[in-house]
Amino acid sequence: MLELSAVNAFYGRIQALKDVSIRVSAGEIITLIGANGAGKTTTLMSVSGIVRPASGAIMFEDRNLNEVEPDQIVAAGISHVPEGRRIFPYLTVQENLDLGAYLRRDRAAVRTDLDYVFELFPILSQRRHQPGGTLSGGEQQMLAISRALMARPRLLLLDEPSLGLAPLIVQQIFEILGQINRENGTTIFLVEQNAYMALRVAHRGYVMENGSIVLTDDSTVLLENEQVKSAYLGV
Amino acid sequence: MNYFLGLFVSGLTRGSIYALLALGYTMVYGIIELINFAHGEIYMIGAFTALILASVLSIAGLDAISILVIASLVAMIYSAAYGFTMEKIAYKPVRNSQRLSALISAIGMSLFLQNYVRLAQTSNFLPFPTLIPRLGFLQQLTFQVTSAQFVIFVTTTVVMILLTLLIKFSRVGKSMRAASQDKTMAMLLGVNVNRVIALTFVIGSATAALGGVLISSFTGQINFYIGFMAGIKAFVAAVLGGIGSIPGAVLGSFVLGWTESFGAGYISSDYEDVFAFAILVLILIFKPSGLLGRPENKKV
Ligand SMILES: Nc1ncnc2c1ncn2[C@@H]1O[C@H](COP(=O)(O)OP(=O)(O)OP(=O)(O)O)[C@@H](O)[C@H]1O
Ligand SMILES: [Mg+2]
Repeated sequence: MLELSAVNAFYGRIQALKDVSIRVSAGEIITLIGANGAGKTTTLMSVSGIVRPASGAIMFEDRNLNEVEPDQIVAAGISHVPEGRRIFPYLTVQENLDLGAYLRRDRAAVRTDLDYVFELFPILSQRRHQPGGTLSGGEQQMLAISRALMARPRLLLLDEPSLGLAPLIVQQIFEILGQINRENGTTIFLVEQNAYMALRVAHRGYVMENGSIVLTDDSTVLLENEQVKSAYLGV
Repeated sequence: MNYFLGLFVSGLTRGSIYALLALGYTMVYGIIELINFAHGEIYMIGAFTALILASVLSIAGLDAISILVIASLVAMIYSAAYGFTMEKIAYKPVRNSQRLSALISAIGMSLFLQNYVRLAQTSNFLPFPTLIPRLGFLQQLTFQVTSAQFVIFVTTTVVMILLTLLIKFSRVGKSMRAASQDKTMAMLLGVNVNRVIALTFVIGSATAALGGVLISSFTGQINFYIGFMAGIKAFVAAVLGGIGSIPGAVLGSFVLGWTESFGAGYISSDYEDVFAFAILVLILIFKPSGLLGRPENKKV
């Protein structure tokens, strides 16, 4: 469904991605793990067209995204829950969700999806008319995921959804990600530093160091890998 | 009492015109954090467009109201095209450079447009026709409200209400607010931010042009320089209200309008232009974020 092949990306002279190749098949949950500054966020931003690769190709269902505008990438079926959630602080929860469905014209289906996200995260329906900036961190993450779901994406990109959240909330959010994947067949590309949680929910994983992919395998295999264990699982 | 009411009405008229102009400053600042110094010139170009049209249409023999409506609409559209083009050629190319580049580009645009109109038209004052018809019912009031003052106030109010509804409830309004809070996030949701920015210039330019047409038919004369002072005053009004805030721009405009007319009426009209700058200095010292502005660190 999504294929990055030998992608290189730079910030000025700093090379953030070095020959990155990642393949995501339809229906899969894959995770990309790595330390701070490894290049995980840059990888997702290049899929969304915010960072442009200097070389290499980003293919989404036979379409090269290298020069497609970010709004057209969303229209193609890719939604992005960015690092730090980026809720619009002065817009209400409802308005944040409305913007998630910005490109959609099928009003009835949008209403169904709104009910669906309120079912996934009932707290959001209670907070509906409150400014996004007044939500707690966990609620903001729920809103960020819901906002992305309002676009009815086929591929969902998530950048460190566990960041700064209590273990119980992280648990809940990861369960819901698994549920979204099973119920709607949404393909998920999950970036995480919480390698254990990520590998447990994902089918396959990639390990990134200093802008390069250094390891990739099934999650169950990576969970047992000595290198991964010592570097990312803290055992 | 009638003296007071007269000053009140004239402050309201000034405030209305400032508000039509201040909207453009505040909306553009809200979205790209640029003080568009050429905004006053758009107002001036609106007035010139209306003058040319009014001359042609009155030769064609149309009645005053039709001339007013057609001239205003065409001036708004024409100025909107100027605003749109200005953004594309002067601001978009420097959007990702340092802020100073955009500021210099804005000042350059302002000087260019002034001198362009000076050369293409004239540097003298031109008489501007009274396009606003006499409204009989105003004669029955005990204090003086001219038809022009009345029309200016009503038009401004209507424009403000429409704009507020647009920004608060429409899809495009939500995308404008989203882009002003976090452009990258707006893009990640499918908002075409370039288009939103262009639209902001179009709306701001159209309301500025309307202000230019209305005030010119009140004062009865225009030249290439009228946008300069009006632009600075409206900018002060926008800062006073809290730059980036639309209700703030409206409030700041009326406060400035009243300060000027009461100051001129009760203190001295020699100092008319001084009040605006005194207000600017005071606000920058005591409340830099303005009356209704958000604190500076609005980005999360
Ligand atoms: N806007 C930027 N300008 C310059 N350098 C940047 C920029 N964004 C990221 N970098 C650099 O690119 C490299 C990769 O950053 P990236 O944000 O992709 O890492 P990450 O894996 O997401 O890290 P983290 O886990 O801390 O979020 C880092 O060295 C970072 O300093
Ligand atoms: Mg990151």
